[in-house]
Amino acid sequence: MLAIIDYGVGNLFSLKSSLDAIGVEAAVTSDEAVIAAADQVILPGVGAFADAARKLRDTGMADLVKREAAAGKPILGICLGMQLLLEKSFEYGEHEGLGLIPGSVRPIADVIPAGYKIPHIGWNAITFPRDGEAGEVSPLFAKIKEGSYVYFVHSYYATDCAPNTIAVTEYGAPLTAAVASGNVFGCQFHPEKSGEIGLNILRAFCEMKAEV
Amino acid sequence: MAAGVTTEYDWRKNMITKRIIPCLDVKDGRVVKGVNFKDLNDVSSPVELAKYYSGCGADELVFYDITASAEGRRLFTDILCETARQVFIPLTVGGGINTVADFDRVLKCGADKVSVNSGAIRNPGLIDEAAKLYGDQCVVLSADVALIDGVYRVFAKGGRENTGMEAISWIRECVDRGAGEVVVNSIDTDGVKQGFDIPMLRAVLDAVNVPVIASGGAGGIGDFLDLFDQVPDIDAGLAASIFHFGEVSIADLKQKMAEHGVPARIV
Repeated sequence: MLAIIDYGVGNLFSLKSSLDAIGVEAAVTSDEAVIAAADQVILPGVGAFADAARKLRDTGMADLVKREAAAGKPILGICLGMQLLLEKSFEYGEHEGLGLIPGSVRPIADVIPAGYKIPHIGWNAITFPRDGEAGEVSPLFAKIKEGSYVYFVHSYYATDCAPNTIAVTEYGAPLTAAVASGNVFGCQFHPEKSGEIGLNILRAFCEMKAEV
Repeated sequence: MAAGVTTEYDWRKNMITKRIIPCLDVKDGRVVKGVNFKDLNDVSSPVELAKYYSGCGADELVFYDITASAEGRRLFTDILCETARQVFIPLTVGGGINTVADFDRVLKCGADKVSVNSGAIRNPGLIDEAAKLYGDQCVVLSADVALIDGVYRVFAKGGRENTGMEAISWIRECVDRGAGEVVVNSIDTDGVKQGFDIPMLRAVLDAVNVPVIASGGAGGIGDFLDLFDQVPDIDAGLAASIFHFGEVSIADLKQKMAEHGVPARIV
C-alpha cells in the first residue's frame, strides 16, 4: 500500500486516479499509523510554499516524513511537494523546508531571459545529468527514455541541488526537473498529468522498497 | 524572426512544446460544437473522446460546460470525474464559473485549471480571489474577442453580447489580477476555418507575459503551422469541430509540426 499524504493542500483526485490506473493501492491519508505502514509515501502539493510548509508542520506530517525518510522508505515529492523536501524557499520571504535534499527554491524569473513566460506551463523534455547521484540514471526513470516529455506548471524552481539533480529541463535556462537523495525523490513536473510517461515514472517509484 | 515580433523568445531553440488542445463543449452529457456559437451538433461521448484524444497525443483537454440547468451541471461534474479517472493529461474546465465554489467543485473532480469568462466580466475580483486560493497557474482567462470598428472588444455570454470593453486592456487587467494563462477566442474567425486570427493574437501576446492559447479559425493542419510561424511566441492552438469530425487527426498534426520544425510532443 502507498500513502498519499493529505495535509490540506491541493487536489489529490488525479494523483489517486493515476495510481488506481496502474493498479497500485493508494490511501489518501493523514493517519500516522497508515503512513508508517505504507510501502511508499507521496508528498503532493500545489500553491504557496510558506502556507504548505506551515500546514505540513501543524499536522505533524513534517516530522513524520522526516522519520519515514530516515527509516529508508521510498518518498516522492511532487511539484510543491518536491520543493518542500529542500532546505529553504525564497518564495515571498525566506521559509524553511524539510531539508531532506540539499537545495533551495527561487523564482524562475531570476534565471530565464526576457520574453520567456511565467508560469513555465506545458510539456517539456527531461534530460539526465551524468554527474548526478552515482553518475547513473535514477531508478525513478528506469521505465522511460531520456528526452521524454513531461508536464510542468510552476513559477519557482529548485536550485543548488547538484549533485542531487537527477533530471533537468530547458526553459531558456536549465531548470531542475527532479532530485534524489537515497530513498527520497522529488519531481517538479506532474507525473500524474504526464500521460503514459508519467504513469511509467509512478510505476518505477511504486516498485521501490524500503532500504533495510 | 518574423517582422513585428518584439520578444527575445526563440521557440526554435527551446524544448518546451507547442500544445495542441481539443475543446469539448459539453451539454447534457454529450459533446457539441457550434459554428459561430450557433447551430450546435451532437458529436460524441466526452469520456470516450477524451481518452481517444489523449491516446492520439493531445497535450491537454478543455471541457466547456454549456449547460444551464442544475441537473445538467451535476451530469457535467460526473463526466468530469469519470474523465479524470481515465485520462492523465491536464484538464481545463470552463463554463458557468462564477464563484470560488465553482472552482472548488471542478477542481475536486480532477480539473487542473479553471477558465473564467463571463463570470470574470461580471466580477473581476473572482480572478484575484481564485488566484490567491489556488494559485495563478490554476486560473485561465478565456476571452471572446471581435474587432468592431477597428477596436478589439470583449464579448460576454458565449460571444453574444458586446460588453463595450476594450479587449487588450481587459486581458492585461486579468493577468495583473492573477490569471496565469489566456485563451483568446476570435469571434471573427471562429467556425470560418480560414485560419487563426493572427493580428489579434499578436496584439495579445505583445500585451502580456503569460502563456497564450489561440482559439477560433483552424480549418486544417496548415492553419496550425501558419499560427506557429506567424506568432512564434504563441503557446498552444485550440480547436474543436475539426478534431471531433476527424477533419484533422491530432497524430498527423503533431507529425507535421515536428517536420516543420515546431517543437511537438509525439506519443
